[in-house]
Amino acid sequence: MSIAVYILVMAGVTYLIRAIPFGFFRKKINSVFLRSFLYYIPYAVLSAMTIPAIFYSTGNLVTAAAGTIIALILAFFELPLIVVALSASLAAFVTGLFL
Amino acid sequence: MKNSAFLKGMAHGIPIALGYLSVSFGFGIMAVKAGLSVLESTFISLTNLTSAGQAAGVDVIASGGTLAEMALVQLTINIRYALMGLSLSQKLDKNFTFPHRMAAAFGITDEIFGVCAAQKEPLTPLYMYGMILISMAGWTAGTFLGAFAGQLLPAPVSAALGIVLYGMFLAIIVPPSRKEKSVLCVVLTAALLSVLCKYLLPKLSGGFAVILCAVSASVLGALLFPRKEESA
Repeated sequence: MSIAVYILVMAGVTYLIRAIPFGFFRKKINSVFLRSFLYYIPYAVLSAMTIPAIFYSTGNLVTAAAGTIIALILAFFELPLIVVALSASLAAFVTGLFL
Repeated sequence: MKNSAFLKGMAHGIPIALGYLSVSFGFGIMAVKAGLSVLESTFISLTNLTSAGQAAGVDVIASGGTLAEMALVQLTINIRYALMGLSLSQKLDKNFTFPHRMAAAFGITDEIFGVCAAQKEPLTPLYMYGMILISMAGWTAGTFLGAFAGQLLPAPVSAALGIVLYGMFLAIIVPPSRKEKSVLCVVLTAALLSVLCKYLLPKLSGGFAVILCAVSASVLGALLFPRKEESA
């Protein structure tokens, strides 16, 4: 299948998710279950996407593990997103120098 | 006065754009590694403007998934934008007519939502356009540079940059997990399920695995830890 079609579907679905509530809806969601579900879903998605994929992200388990540990520590202390992200990468790179 | 709202939006968007520039550099490298061209990678960023959804979308393309899978993956991962749009729709200026809403909706991201939601005064279209435009420029340019220069970078550097996007994901999920046991429980459940899927169900495609794990973990969270009062 053509990659352009994939990208079109991807962009179209993503846009509609953004545009429909923002453009049309004015009411509030009242269901506690639904609100709770929607609150948790982004964290669950990111967690499932990250674990275990992060350990394969550098092509080497040891450098990836080093980057992951640094990211977890810095994230725990709530450093800015970009600092955490780049430090993880730097840690993976530096670890790679010793292998 | 009109220009000043636009410029203010741009100014507020500079930190977002700088962050996007470096994170999308990682996305560009990842997309090219997955077999996409520089042009295709850049086009994805220009038309999608989202990190997790794009990363998952590239996985679907690379693994030759179906279009239905692609749509479902994007729906699951990006459904949070619906909630953010809902929340922002409550605080729009009266200038925000329907066409403006449909245009500005394109730029609802975690970071843009965060900054807009924190504004005291009602949101104007020009303010949002300024912020969205500069953020898009950063996101798209970073992807192009990563996809293009990623091939020219020494292999160890480009390998190490593969972790950038995941590092950012950890930076998003760790702080709330530290503060709320409920989030920690959901995050750990999703991670555990994801590991089980990866090694026990290797035939299950990445996109569906993420949906299955995330929906199960969130349903569990909503049942065990319903949230009484939470501003969307």
